[in-house]
Amino acid sequence: MASGLTVIFGVSRIVNFAHGSFYMLGAYLAWTLVTSLPRGHLGFWGGVLGAALLVGVIGLVVEMLLLRRIYRAPELFQLLATFGVVLVVQDVALLTWGAQDLLGPRAPGLRGSTEILGLRFPLYELFLIVVGPVVLGLLLLLFHRTRWGTLVRAATQDREMVGALGVNQRMLFTSVFFLGSVLAGLGGALQLPRESVNLHMDLAIITEAFVVVVVGGLGSLSGAALAALLIGELHAFGILVFPKITLVLVFLVMAVVLVVRPHGLRGKPQPAAHGVAAAEPMIGAAPRALKLAGAVGLALAVALPPFLGDYALTVLTEIAICILFAASLHLIMGPGGMASFGHAAYFGLGAYGAALAATWLGVPMLGGMLLAPVLAGIFGVVFGWFCVRLSGVYSAMLTLAFAQIAWSVAFQWVEVTGGDNGILGVWPDAWAAGKLTYYYLALALCLGGTLLLRRVVHAPFGYALRAQRDSALRAEAIGIDAFRIRWWGFTLAAVAAGVAGGLFAYGKGSVFPTYLAIPRSVDALLMVLLGGVQTLTGPIIGAIAYTGLQEQLMRLLEYWRLVLGAVIILLVLFFPQGLAGAARAMWERRHGDA
Amino acid sequence: MLRVSGLSAHYGRAHILEDVALEVAAGEVVVLLGRNGAGKSTTMKAIMGLVPSSAGRVEFDGAEITGREPFEIARRGLGYVPEERRIFTELTVLENLEVGRRPAMAGQAPWTPARLFELFPSLGRMQDRAGGRMSGGEQQMLTIARTLMGNPRLILLDEPSEGLAPVVVERMAEAIVTLKASGLGILLSEQNLHFARGVSDRATIIEKGRIRWSGTIPALLEAEEVREQYLSV
Repeated sequence: MASGLTVIFGVSRIVNFAHGSFYMLGAYLAWTLVTSLPRGHLGFWGGVLGAALLVGVIGLVVEMLLLRRIYRAPELFQLLATFGVVLVVQDVALLTWGAQDLLGPRAPGLRGSTEILGLRFPLYELFLIVVGPVVLGLLLLLFHRTRWGTLVRAATQDREMVGALGVNQRMLFTSVFFLGSVLAGLGGALQLPRESVNLHMDLAIITEAFVVVVVGGLGSLSGAALAALLIGELHAFGILVFPKITLVLVFLVMAVVLVVRPHGLRGKPQPAAHGVAAAEPMIGAAPRALKLAGAVGLALAVALPPFLGDYALTVLTEIAICILFAASLHLIMGPGGMASFGHAAYFGLGAYGAALAATWLGVPMLGGMLLAPVLAGIFGVVFGWFCVRLSGVYSAMLTLAFAQIAWSVAFQWVEVTGGDNGILGVWPDAWAAGKLTYYYLALALCLGGTLLLRRVVHAPFGYALRAQRDSALRAEAIGIDAFRIRWWGFTLAAVAAGVAGGLFAYGKGSVFPTYLAIPRSVDALLMVLLGGVQTLTGPIIGAIAYTGLQEQLMRLLEYWRLVLGAVIILLVLFFPQGLAGAARAMWERRHGDA
Repeated sequence: MLRVSGLSAHYGRAHILEDVALEVAAGEVVVLLGRNGAGKSTTMKAIMGLVPSSAGRVEFDGAEITGREPFEIARRGLGYVPEERRIFTELTVLENLEVGRRPAMAGQAPWTPARLFELFPSLGRMQDRAGGRMSGGEQQMLTIARTLMGNPRLILLDEPSEGLAPVVVERMAEAIVTLKASGLGILLSEQNLHFARGVSDRATIIEKGRIRWSGTIPALLEAEEVREQYLSV
């Protein structure tokens, strides 16, 4: 699985969330094929291979219809598009196979188990432990001993040059994507006898694969092989020996590797983004029209709510919280130039901070709300220290991994966090218990926070942040400590997200591990991207548009993910600068250059 | 064999090439002379389809290739040797050559690694070395060899002498003369007149994206004011 991801990632430099979906589809298709084909060896193995091939074909279609059109778009948009695919696939899977976990048959011939060092190992696990390295070995051979492999490795480094030498690199690329999808499908199909097939497989696996890629080093197959072996074996044995701490183990390994070798085991420093690095647009003070619109919006936000029902108030409160959450992520991504795929960690930590304070310490609401950003901030400092050392996709993946770790701790540490059941009864103090009062409180805090973040961008700290984004080297040459600036920026964003999380916890009255989970990080990412990364208004518009859209769709349609995913894909194809970006481009066209 | 007429290109609103015209026949070496930033590399990239052209026409071997994909242009027998060399640093010398390999056209003696190592003996001594661990001169030889593996009938050779030691430049000149004798057409770009005059038949001078002068090498050597105006640094 991870090898599939590295292959694709190496050549295309496209970060692909959809890979996890292919993995899940592989499992589902294998279930269908295996259960409908006659029992026995042929039925099982034929079903597994058939599923892998089918997934390959699906990958092919996705690549040709969608990804080909956006290779020139910024990485994050590609990511957004693949996330659209994830949503669509999830609902298609839900439509086709239903919401229940499906249990597959055991693999014929590998049903038993054996004893090693006094521990019982199922034969199938052992089989997988062998299959992994064999597949990787075959891949290495393919890449180092065939013309196709040589071309792929050359294209990894310089696709344009390979094209100028007469290679149809688009076809080459499509074939790579096909292979990657087949591998993902195979990976999913092979899980069938091990665990039930469910709708959460896609995001679970993608995290793991990212970790492998980061540990191994981007674009290095041998590195990925090494890392996959390391992590895979760690998992396979770890789960049997100490089931509770595997994730922590994996995390420790990753942290150690990245501190010792910031680019992964076999990775090389990434060349500075090649091609035409479009200068990021300037961020100026808001034009008058915008200020006016903002004032009108604010006036409406203050004046209207008393006339609204409880449901609308809840939605509005949520939107206010989302705006702060999105704005905090935007600080890292826009001016900071770092991508975070795991921003929900700080949101969730804030929520848990508030909830734990309320239930364990019994502090009143204001105390809990104070603790929320503190907890988020502490973790922001710790995680940030790792994340800001790296750049680009590496850093983004690391944030994702940290978020996943935070999530699994919340999920698994049942005694403190309540595990899956979360923490209930986190209600605001009596004076703020009314929906309307709470809405105003949320509005005040979130708006204040957002404006403060906006102020930060225009302060000297903001200049330094943007300077290090545009050229870390030059920024350092004039005395800016890029590392420290990024670290501070990261922490600040974590604190702001923590505030949002704390508000959210009291607003809902409960806290669940999903607050820290990847989907919420992706929500934030989508809000920022939807709005446009390089405009300060972007996250605000994005948060409103996204929350509103999601809320409406969820209410009206059972299969809202399908629609949302499709909308996202269309947006990426037609508004590559985000909504606010597109609006600004239109404005500038009409009014000359700003 | 290669005929370019009225070729223009833009970066955003800036004109970078305007109405460029030139011609190269089989077995002929034409040098595109000009200072840094005059538009030499862009001309080559526009011919190759690597930079979109906004107007004009490129013909190769009697067929129009304007607006085609780079790989299609390469497959017709037009080779490109970029200025930045763009060696695949992770691949060995032999693997680099493999990437460039394309079948020869009828009546062509196909290039093989063995034949290329005759042309560039130093490459033959480091067949398994990674491209990233070679000197600049060796990399330059490897880029030319890599392009030749595609059995082109004409190559665009972008500043092959740049940044190389005089001895290596000498080598390069010898190689160009050998290639020309084999019937290969070459469009060479250079700032170094001394190097260019030894290997070229004709010269075209470009400045600020426009062709300013065209003629034979002897005529250029006569025209001191042209050299003074466009080439002196």
